[in-house]
Amino acid sequence: MTQQLASTPPPRPRRVLPPGEREQQVLDRIERARRRRPKLREERITMSHGAGGKATHTLIEAIFLDAFRNPLLEPLEDAARLQVGGATVALTTDSFVVSPLFFPGGNIGDLAVNGTVNDLAVAGATPMYLSAGFILEEGFPVADLTRIAESMRDAAAAAGVAVVTGDTKVVEKGKADGCYINTAGVGAVAAGVDLGVANARPGDKILVSGPIGDHGVTIMLARGELDIEADVESDTASLADLVAGLLGAVPGVRALRDATRGGVATILNEVAKAADVGVLISENAIPVRDQVRGAAELLGIDPLYVACEGRLVAVVDGDQAAQALAALRAHPLGAQAAIIGEVTAEPVGLVTIKTTFGGTRIVDLLVGDPLPRIC
Amino acid sequence: MRFVDEFRDADKAHALSARIAALCEPGRQYKLMEVCGGHTHTIYKHGLEDYLPESITLVHGPGCPVCVIPMGRVDDAIHLASQPDVIMTSFGDMMRVPGSNGAFFDANARGTTIKMVYSPLDSLKIAKANPGKRVVFMAIGFETTAPSTAMTVLRARAQGIENFSVFCNHVTIIPAIKAILDSPDLRLDGFIGPGHVSTVIGCRPYEFIARSYGKPVVVAGFEPLDILQSIYMLMLQLREGRSEVENQYSRVVPWDGNPVALKAIGETMELRPYFEWRGLGFISHSALKMREAYADFDAELLFEVPGVRVADPKACQCGEVLKGVLKPWECKVFGTACTPETPIGTCMVSPEGACAAYYNYGRLNRQRVPEAISIELSRP
Repeated sequence: MTQQLASTPPPRPRRVLPPGEREQQVLDRIERARRRRPKLREERITMSHGAGGKATHTLIEAIFLDAFRNPLLEPLEDAARLQVGGATVALTTDSFVVSPLFFPGGNIGDLAVNGTVNDLAVAGATPMYLSAGFILEEGFPVADLTRIAESMRDAAAAAGVAVVTGDTKVVEKGKADGCYINTAGVGAVAAGVDLGVANARPGDKILVSGPIGDHGVTIMLARGELDIEADVESDTASLADLVAGLLGAVPGVRALRDATRGGVATILNEVAKAADVGVLISENAIPVRDQVRGAAELLGIDPLYVACEGRLVAVVDGDQAAQALAALRAHPLGAQAAIIGEVTAEPVGLVTIKTTFGGTRIVDLLVGDPLPRIC
Repeated sequence: MRFVDEFRDADKAHALSARIAALCEPGRQYKLMEVCGGHTHTIYKHGLEDYLPESITLVHGPGCPVCVIPMGRVDDAIHLASQPDVIMTSFGDMMRVPGSNGAFFDANARGTTIKMVYSPLDSLKIAKANPGKRVVFMAIGFETTAPSTAMTVLRARAQGIENFSVFCNHVTIIPAIKAILDSPDLRLDGFIGPGHVSTVIGCRPYEFIARSYGKPVVVAGFEPLDILQSIYMLMLQLREGRSEVENQYSRVVPWDGNPVALKAIGETMELRPYFEWRGLGFISHSALKMREAYADFDAELLFEVPGVRVADPKACQCGEVLKGVLKPWECKVFGTACTPETPIGTCMVSPEGACAAYYNYGRLNRQRVPEAISIELSRP
């Protein structure tokens, strides 16, 4: 007994760390917590699960990736790359539930074509064939459906793709909001093209192809709930041509993404996480229209999180950034392209921004939709 | 963009930063509290602490309207929203604030209709469009938002709208500041006064802080240069041994406030004897309720409100953070159990909450971020 007591180690003196080190310990602990596999805690789906932020990522990883896990799905890129009979094919799908259906600069039809075309284009594929599935609510005006179909026809022609198969379902009044569209698409990937956010490495530059946030702000204003009017339209457009020009001119393109739901900030976070690098951007360098900035300021939301439908983010070998910028600007859709930042070795997994004001802060993923602030 | 870019000028910030540093007395530590959550948000969003000498610490105060709502009130609101034919309307930041059984978003997933509105007046539109429903506005906020609730009630009466009521959770800022000043575990050197609240109440109500407690107050605007200038003005007062109320935000804040807004509040609302604040407990005369003359718009009288009281989760140290005793990262659950995805305390919910602002923007070892960015400005 006495022996046992004697062998009890003396209490360890508690080392009091200076505040800087204590803070770093907490930060390290948080990083470890963030790297753990996300757990879906909610018992029911909430609107946050559809917003493209952390809640969406958690849902996808916890439910869908868990159920369907395979090496082609796992990278969670915009399109899957498949080997079919010796050729490389990209396959993607996207559903469109936008409200209102018609908005300045486009409608759900343009979006449904361009969205899928762009997911193929940023995978380095030449978009070729699309499918279109329609879910229509009882009572939906045929004239509206005609307009939507005509827009899809025009958008497909502009992007050089054909809608080759489809499906139509009608649900009872109240079971849908007018018209939902799903499109899927396939495209051919040229030999040697291998784009992916995991390819990013320190020294690379980050480019955007034009002013950000136009689409998201247009939709928010078009809902008419804000009583704000601004001269801004959706940027919905096919990026296929722009991407072809860029890939043709610049061999050192590492990754492309179209900045849809979740905006540019979400993509940069995906780069930082997938490639285990830091991303540092300059607020001064990011092109944002004054109308979009103004509306975003009023609402207390950040344009970096607002959706675009015709803008891409490119990660390019640092030595070829000027070339890439020139290639983007040579195309009308890229006339206002800009280099907005770079890939750094540290801090791993984080996106940071040098603000116009001259400070530094993190640009994290949002949980759900950006929520307007009270005051 | 005009009226924004002028207040984010990095050159002016550098100049102010040098003048602030020059006012610091060697060896002295300064603790300044920004009362308002809007300031906290600006400080982190623009990286303002990069401009401050190490001897100045900013303490984040209780002025985040979402952060001070106790869990029980969230549960009460969800109870109201669950009544037959009720549509509840709420400001966006309230949607993710957790009650004891989830937040408004989760309640909606279970069947309630809680709609986000940008102005309380939108609730009247909804009430008119849905005559068979009862629309209840979840009113929160300090004196900043109370006038718009008051105006909505006045308009509802003028227009004879009967299916609209208010679940009033408006709070007042002065008792909260007083509670902090009287808190024994806190030593502050001065206050960055809340700008938007002051557009309504003016600067006079702060005079007791300067007079009775000897602490300087500078009412500040919300752009980063506004805050930096206010810190300079506070430091100058401290250096010169003065304690006065000064108004940095004079382009918006009149010294006597906004009499029209104050009248609308006084007409429709009165002080409650006491109200529970998250983390701070019960504070007397610190919140507003509907006056008896407007009882027909008072959801607390029209419906049965259970008056749920939920003790703050044990692990949560929101109270200490709200009082500025703890920095956000010093809380035991910060960033691990309590994150913006799954907040335990309200400081983590609203982007104005000190914890959310630090987690979203400031969770960063500045030594690991490259000093300068090596891109040339290529904006066309």
